[in-house]
Amino acid sequence: MNRNLIIGGLLSSLFVLAALLSFVWTPFDHAAMDIPAKLKLPGAPHWFGTDHFGRDMFSMIMVGARTSIAVALVAVGIGMALGVPLGLTAAARKGSWLDELIMRGNDLVFAFPSLVIAILITAVFGAGALNAIIAIGIFNIPVFARITRSAALSLWERDFILTARVSGKSSARISFEHILPNVMNLLIVQGTIQFSLGILAEAGLSYVGLGAQPPTPSWGRMLADAQTMVSFAPHLALVPGMAIILTVLGLNLMGDGLRDYLDPRLRVVRT
Amino acid sequence: MLRYALKRLLSLLLSLAVASLVIFFVIEVAPGDPASFMLGINAQPETVAALRSELGLDVAKWQRYLDWTGGMLTGDFGTSYTYRTPVAEMIRDRLWVSLPLALYALTLSTAIAFPAGIYAASRRGKPGDIAVMGATQIGVAVPNFWFAMMLVLIFAVNLRWFSAGGFAGWDTGVWTGIRSLTLPAISLALPQAAILARVMRSSLLDILGEDFMRTARAKGLSRRQALWRHGMRNALIPVLTIIGLQFSFLLAGSIIIEQVFYLPGLGRLVFQSISSRDLIVVESVVMLLVFSVILVNFLVDLAYALVDPRLRART
Repeated sequence: MNRNLIIGGLLSSLFVLAALLSFVWTPFDHAAMDIPAKLKLPGAPHWFGTDHFGRDMFSMIMVGARTSIAVALVAVGIGMALGVPLGLTAAARKGSWLDELIMRGNDLVFAFPSLVIAILITAVFGAGALNAIIAIGIFNIPVFARITRSAALSLWERDFILTARVSGKSSARISFEHILPNVMNLLIVQGTIQFSLGILAEAGLSYVGLGAQPPTPSWGRMLADAQTMVSFAPHLALVPGMAIILTVLGLNLMGDGLRDYLDPRLRVVRT
Repeated sequence: MLRYALKRLLSLLLSLAVASLVIFFVIEVAPGDPASFMLGINAQPETVAALRSELGLDVAKWQRYLDWTGGMLTGDFGTSYTYRTPVAEMIRDRLWVSLPLALYALTLSTAIAFPAGIYAASRRGKPGDIAVMGATQIGVAVPNFWFAMMLVLIFAVNLRWFSAGGFAGWDTGVWTGIRSLTLPAISLALPQAAILARVMRSSLLDILGEDFMRTARAKGLSRRQALWRHGMRNALIPVLTIIGLQFSFLLAGSIIIEQVFYLPGLGRLVFQSISSRDLIVVESVVMLLVFSVILVNFLVDLAYALVDPRLRART
C-alpha cells in the first residue's frame, strides 16, 4: 500500500459514501426552499450554508454527488464495454483491414471533444443528464480501445500466448482468457483516470446547461446558479468547487497509487 | 517525406469527409422543422413551404449535404435561419474572440509549464520537485470554469484590475482586447499547464536516463550542456503531442469559459443557435471545431516526421 492510494481512496470513498447516504438521509431536504434562511454562511445548522432559495448546501452537495458519480461511472462503463472489445479485436487481427478500420474509427471519434459531442446530442434531443453520459461515454471509447490494443499487442508476442495458440485456441478465446486478464490492471488504472475526467466533464456540461437539468441537483448546475451571486455569497461557488476538486484529486491520487501498487511498470496516457 | 506527407494528407481528407457525414446526418435526425419553428405554430402551411424552399430545406438530403460541404470548401457556410446573415460571417466575427483566446491560453500554458517541468525534473525527488508536482496534481483537478469564477471574484470584483466580463472588440485597441482576454486565458491555461508540466518533467526524466545522454556527459559536457544540446530535442516529442492535443481542447474549452466571462465567441454562438434551432450554424461550428482538431493532429504528425525520420517509415 502507498500513501497516494490511501489518501486518494479515502477522499474518493468519502464522496461515494455521501452519495449513497443521500438516498436514505440528508441533514435537510435538498429541494426544500426556506427563503427567510437564504444565503446563510456556513455554520450550524447549515454546515455549508444555504443558497439563494434557502436550500441546504450540504444536502445539495450530497445529492449532487449522486449525479456526478453516476454520470462519470456509466460513461466509464460505456467506454470500457465498447472500447475494450474493439481494442482486443484490433490487436488480435493486427495489420488487417479490421485493425485499420478500428484504429481509423478511433481517430475519428477522438476528433470530437466530449463537449462537441454533447453539443451535437443536445441540438438533436435537447439537454439532459443522459446526454452528458452518452457524450462522455463516446469520448471514452477510443481511449480504452487504444490502451487495450497497445497493451494487447505486446502480450501477443509472449510465449504463453504462443502456447495457447499451439493448443488450438481461437484468437477470440485467447483474447478473453489470456489477454484480457493481463490488461485488467491497466484498465482499472485508466478507468480511475477516466472516472475523474468524467466528473470534471459532467460539471462543465451541467454548468453550460448541456447536462443535468433542474430539478436534478448537480455540482455543475450549482456553480452556474452561483455565478451571478459569487460577489456577495462566495460560498455558493466555493462549496461545489471544492467538492469537485477534492473528488477529482482523490480519484487521480487513487489512480496513481493503484498504478504503483498493481504494476510499477505501467504507463497511463493522460491528456 | 513527401510520400509520408501525402499519405497523411489523404487520411486527413478522408477523416474530414467522414466527420462531415456524421455531423450532417446526426443533425438531420433532429426533430422539428426549422421553418415551422421560426414561423410559430399558427403559420399557414403555404408560408412554411415558402420559407422551407427559401432556406433550401425542400431539396433531397444528399443534395443538401453536397451543397453544405461544397459550399464550405469555397468558404460559403450557408445562411443562418434566424439572422438571415451568412454563417461564414458570423463564425468569422466569433473566431476573432475564440481563436486569440485559445492561442493566448496556449502561450501562457507553455510559458508556465516549460520552466515548471524543467525545474521539477532537475530537482527530482527534492522538495522543489515535490512542491511542483503537488501543485500540478491540484491544477489537474480544478475545473477551469470554477477557477475562472474565482479569478473574477478576486481580480475583477475585489481588486478591480480587470473587467468581470464582456469584450469591447479589437476596434477599441489591441491592448484593451488583450486585457479583456487575460482572465479567461489564465483560467484556461493553468489546468492545461499542470498537465503539460507533468509531461515535460517525465519526458525529461526519461531522456536523462538514456545512453546517449551518458555519452554526452562522458565526452565532457556539463549536465546543462548535455541537456540543452541533446536532451531537449528528444524530450520535446511527447510534449509536442500534448500541446497539439491541448490546442483543440482549448478551443473547445473556450466555449465553456466564454460563458463565465460573457465573451461573444464561438461558444455563445453555438448555445444561442441550439436554443433557436438554427441548426446550420450548429453544424458549421461543430464542423469547424472538428476540422481544427484533425488539422492540428495532422500538423503534429508532420512536425514529428520532420524531427524524427524513424516515424516516416510507420504509417
